[in-house]
Amino acid sequence: MAPTRKLKGYWDAFWRLANPKVFMGWSRRLLPFIIVMAAFCLSTGLIWGFFFTPDDARQGSTVKIIYLHVPAALVAINGYLLMFFGSLFWLIRRQHVSVLIAKATAPIGMAMTAIALLTGAIWGQPMWGTYWVWDPRLTSFFVLFLFYIGYIVLWSAIEDHDTAADLTSILALVGSGFALLSRYAVLFWSQGLHQGTTVAISDGVQQERISDVFFQPLLLSMAGFCLMFLALLLIGTRTELRARRLKMFEVREQML
Amino acid sequence: MIKLFRRDLTLAVRSGGGFGLALIFFLIVVVLVPFAIGSDQIMLSKVAPGVLWLGALLACLLSLDRVFGLDFEDGTLDLLATSPIPLEGVYLAKVAAHWLTTGLPLTLAAPMYGLMFNLDFEVQQLLFLSLLFGTPALSLIGSFGSSLVLGVKRGGLLLSLLVLPLYIPTLIFGAQVARSAATGQNFQVPLVLISIVSLITLAILPFAAAAALRINLR
Repeated sequence: MAPTRKLKGYWDAFWRLANPKVFMGWSRRLLPFIIVMAAFCLSTGLIWGFFFTPDDARQGSTVKIIYLHVPAALVAINGYLLMFFGSLFWLIRRQHVSVLIAKATAPIGMAMTAIALLTGAIWGQPMWGTYWVWDPRLTSFFVLFLFYIGYIVLWSAIEDHDTAADLTSILALVGSGFALLSRYAVLFWSQGLHQGTTVAISDGVQQERISDVFFQPLLLSMAGFCLMFLALLLIGTRTELRARRLKMFEVREQML
Repeated sequence: MIKLFRRDLTLAVRSGGGFGLALIFFLIVVVLVPFAIGSDQIMLSKVAPGVLWLGALLACLLSLDRVFGLDFEDGTLDLLATSPIPLEGVYLAKVAAHWLTTGLPLTLAAPMYGLMFNLDFEVQQLLFLSLLFGTPALSLIGSFGSSLVLGVKRGGLLLSLLVLPLYIPTLIFGAQVARSAATGQNFQVPLVLISIVSLITLAILPFAAAAALRINLR
């Protein structure tokens, strides 16, 4: 009985965050902590990865791109997932903060997608001999990039905030369906050059796994990217909230 | 609903605009392709299925902004929203009219254009089939996009920006049908998959589009 009550407590707390004031207070207290953690994880992970790991037997020092490439890709994909849920909560229960979170996610996610694509291209040149191949993974990432752009453009095109929030949420929901569909359609369309998942926690199942020497700093750098994403997200959402509040004050001033 | 469908059909045919234009646009694209990639017959027949699919897709885009745009401007859509037909039904009627005036003509024209690329008869048949099953999805997705950008002034460019990424799965499967026929691979799987895409969009998008319409009419 007790665990369910505890769960319900968290659930209620989640909806209380819909109150911008609660969210602002909570995020103000959390933000410095997250920023410090992100800076720590990123600097340690990246410095460890770049300077204190051996070169790969076949790839030489280009393997070190992994410390930017994989975390950026991870954040890019999960950012879209977050956008989906943010939109969903807005449409179902008018969770005001969640839609702003979704809005703040989009530019960060787009930047991360671009980073993953660019570092991938830089890595691909020495390894595969080409900057770009029409490989399923690369292509579906590019499609993800397009979906992010569409979402951002729709936000900026509509003036009224609530209408824009509603319409972009619908686009995000339909878009994620299509993004998923594209992901598998692309698999069907072409065979890949990109390697499969080698960064996995589950040990026994995987045939081929990245070695621990590279994995430990990578894990740290992944955590760093996630925390950095969270920090940027909170800053973005807080800015959005303040912008909305400012607009409200302006409207009120005009009415007086 | 049937009346609305017939009204849209008449409007599309009589008032110039969409009906003939899409076909002519398609024809021009087909004529331009050899200029762009050279007149080598073998190469042309190799890229033809993809080119024809891409041409049909772009031609479909042209008339999308008038699916809801005109009715929104002159207030017809407000009346339709207060009528006993649910907006989902309005959407479906409009999609049907759009498909009959662009999707179907494009499908019928594609094999003829295929002759210009020296396509085999079998490939042409399959191209026809894939377009027949695929163009409904194009109309459905496109009209959904049109309902999203109603309130935006000069939303044409925005519309194509939103709709084209959504077209990707349809394009992949559609072009795959004709291509696998050309290379002698199994064409039934992509044909089934493209029908699935059409049916899924038919099942889901009416509700999404109607929701978008309601928001825009608020």
